[in-house]
This record gives sequence, structure tokens and C-alpha cells, in this order.
Amino acid sequence: MNRLLADTGVIFGRSMRQTLRSKTALTFGMLQPLLFLALMGPLLAKVDLRTGGSSWQAFVPGLLVQLSLLGGMFVGMGILVERHVGVIDRMRVTPLHPAAPLLGRTLRDVVQLVVQSALLVLLGLAFGLRAPVAGVLLGFVFVGLLSAALALLSYGLAMNVKTTPEFAAIANTTVLPMMLLAGLLLPMTLAPGWLDGVSRAVPFRYTVDAMRHLYLGEYADTTVLTGLAVTVGLTVVALWGGLALFRRSGRTP
Amino acid sequence: MRGMTPPVLDVHGLSRTFRLRSGPVHAVRGIDLAAERGEILGVLGPNGAGKTTTVRMLATLLPPSGGRAVVASHDLLADPGAVRARIGYVAQSGGLDPNCPVGEELVTQGRMHRLSRAASRVRAAELAADLDLEDLLERPTAALSGGQRRRLEIALGLVNHPEVLFLDEPTTGLDPGSRADLWDLVRRVRHDHGTTVLLTTHYLDEADALADRLVVVDAGEVVAEGTPAGLKDRHGAATLQDAFLAITGRATDTPATV
Repeated sequence: MNRLLADTGVIFGRSMRQTLRSKTALTFGMLQPLLFLALMGPLLAKVDLRTGGSSWQAFVPGLLVQLSLLGGMFVGMGILVERHVGVIDRMRVTPLHPAAPLLGRTLRDVVQLVVQSALLVLLGLAFGLRAPVAGVLLGFVFVGLLSAALALLSYGLAMNVKTTPEFAAIANTTVLPMMLLAGLLLPMTLAPGWLDGVSRAVPFRYTVDAMRHLYLGEYADTTVLTGLAVTVGLTVVALWGGLALFRRSGRTP
Repeated sequence: MRGMTPPVLDVHGLSRTFRLRSGPVHAVRGIDLAAERGEILGVLGPNGAGKTTTVRMLATLLPPSGGRAVVASHDLLADPGAVRARIGYVAQSGGLDPNCPVGEELVTQGRMHRLSRAASRVRAAELAADLDLEDLLERPTAALSGGQRRRLEIALGLVNHPEVLFLDEPTTGLDPGSRADLWDLVRRVRHDHGTTVLLTTHYLDEADALADRLVVVDAGEVVAEGTPAGLKDRHGAATLQDAFLAITGRATDTPATV
């Protein structure tokens, strides 16, 4: 266990340095939610989203989940490149714990996405977001868990596809319906019954609903607890799945 | 000398079958190999002969379909962890992060071999001095020349003082000057550290110049074995090219000389 932690730390450090070197990746990852915040958020300022509270209190949590979803789902692109040039193989021919290359990278992604989320919230404040500090901080726990889950699955997928376009196609076709169905940009409180029903099959729906409640200052109601349970559950499943997929990729050429 | 000390590398009946949709592909069909401490063993064969698959199995990256192997004095199947700690592996693709500076790659490789931060730095500095990388430490690996890249990749493979160093097609794509430098480097590693080197190549001149002993593989099987001189004698050939032709009935698919 100590070995796993130390090895994960080594890969985390390496991945973090890679991230800090590529300043373009850092800004581009944030660009999309930033544009939504600046160019769509103001449109909703006077709209009643039926979530209780201001539209910003519903919109910003949605953007944070969108950031985790998009940011997490596409981290696999980076490992695909490293896999193709043989970096992963080089790591596998060391005594490094076999799970460390996956966990170290995922930890980096969690840190990166939580930091980006914090920046997004700060910008939201400038636009007019008002929310309790405790709620915002608890919201970052959800962002962290969700980012970890998606990154783990993304890496697992990237290690098992043949080509980059194949990965991009799968990631793109999964992300868009998920984003719409979870009610990230506009909440499902506005949805007709059938859409609301379908959306309950998407785990991120529960995450974003819980975060919206946190931003209203409700910390322990059913919505928050359900959201927490679903998000933790998703992370556990993703951890198991990601590790299995990562191991599997070591057994096939 | 042979047989007096247990071989560092001892491979029996190693095989690998890939199950593809189109049917099974027998990439390696029961290869036997052995090498002693400090020996440079060349695995010579045309593209597609199973050389890379063999090396990937011996480097713990690919589970064999059959056979057994002792690598760096440890059982490959029973204790792959002990094998990994005692080998170096340089893939044909190299395995460098293009944006990472040379010095950082070296230090991180030490950390992946579980050296402390301080010990990693010391080892990185040693290797940089030894492999003439000292002026390149700040440079991203993408900015290196082909020869410099190979030197760095070999330095990464040497971080843990390996007993066995695997080099898969180490000079493919290098210019003649860099190839000669790399041959010198491989000889020096063996001379200075007693490292056993297994290198695959499809260059006959490389096999002739560098290897103490050769294993010729074709279609996943060993078709001949011996010293370069012995192979030439046995087939009454003036060059290894002629010997290779006599053994396999065809030339390697690349020119023997550059």
C-alpha cells in the first residue's frame, strides 16, 4: 500500500509537471465553460429556472459539472499519445506498481479540474453569482469525485482502442447526450415529464442537482445525499473499471 | 566458458500466438536462447520474424503463450517484478515524452525504479556524464537528434544498473556516424558494467560488428545459431549476407551496408 502511494506520487509529480509545461492545454480546457459563463449566463439572469434562488446558483454548478465531464472524458487523448510513443511500456518495465500510472495521472486531473472550477466560480462571482462559501467548497468535492471517475474511464478506454479517431468518436458521442440529459446548462426542472424521466438514468443528473442545492445552502437534504451516493458510487465503479481496463491493456499488444 | 556459470538469460520453447479475428497468428513458435554475463547476443531476422514479440515477452510486457524463461537470473513467469527491477528495455519507438526535458526524464526514470529523490539526481548526473548528455539536460527530448535520442533512451534503460539490457532495433533510422557511435556505446556498456545485451536487428553488418553470438530467427523460429564467424564458415560464405541467404533462402529486406 505504501508502495502504491509512493509510486502514484511519482507519476502524479511527472504528470503535474507535464500539465504545467503545456499552458495551452490549461487554458483551452477552460475555454468552453468560460464562454458559456460569459456568453450564455447573462441570458439567463432574469429567467426563472425553477430551482429556487438566482439563475447563477443553478447555472454555475451546471458549468462545473460540464467542465469535469468534458475535461475528464478527454484526458485519455494524452495517454493515447504516450502509449503510442512507448512511454507506458517504459513505465511497465520498471518495478512501479502497475496501478500507479493510472492513479497518478487521475490525481493530476482531479487537481487540475478542481483548480479550474475554482477559477470559474471566481469569475461567476464577478458576473453576479452569490452562494454560501460552505456550499461552494462542498461542491468542489463533487467536482473532484466526478473528475476522478471520468478520468479513470477515459484512460481505461484510451488504453484499449486502436486509434485516436476511434477514441475521439466514442468520447464525443457519449459526452454530448450525457451533457444534455443531465440538465447541465438548463435544469430538468424545466423539462416535460418524459425528458425528466429519461434524465434520471444519467448519473450526472444527481451530481448537478446536489450541487445546485449546495449552492442554495442546503447541505443534507435528500437531493444532496442522493447526489453524493450516486457520485461516490460512480467513482467506485469507475475505479474498478479503469483498473480492469488498464490491466487488460497490458495483456494485449 | 559456457555452462560453467548459470546463464543470465535462459529461454526454452518460448512462444506467442495472437488470436485475431482472421485466425491465430503464431508470431513466435518455441524459441530457445541463452546468454551469459557480459555477452552481446544478436537476434537477427527480417521484419515480421518475431523479434519484437520475443523481446516484449522477455521484458515482461507480453505474457508468453508457452515456454519458460530465466531473465536476469529470475523466473520470468513466477517473478516478473524481480525481472523488471534487473533489466533495461529500450523499445524501437523509444518511449520519450517529447516535451519533457532530458534531465527530468532521467531523474523520473530513477524515481520509477524507486530511488530516492537525491539518489535519482545523482544517478541522472552520472548517466548524463557517461553518455554525453550533459549539455542537453534542459532541452526537450523532441529537440534531440536521432543519435542523441537513442543515447538518452539507453541512459533511461541503464538507470537501475541492469543485468540484462534489451535493445529492440537500436539503430533503425540512424545515420552511419550515429550508428557507429551507438555500437561503441553498447560495447562500452558491456565492457564497463558486464551488462548482458540482447539486441534485435535486421542489419547484417550490425550483427556482424557488434554481436558475440547470433541467433537467426525466421517466421518465429530459430533457424541458425553461432558466432558471426562460425555462421559464415559453416555455410562457406564470405559475408554474413551470404550466410543469411544460405540459411533462410532470402536476403533481409534492407541493405546490409549503409
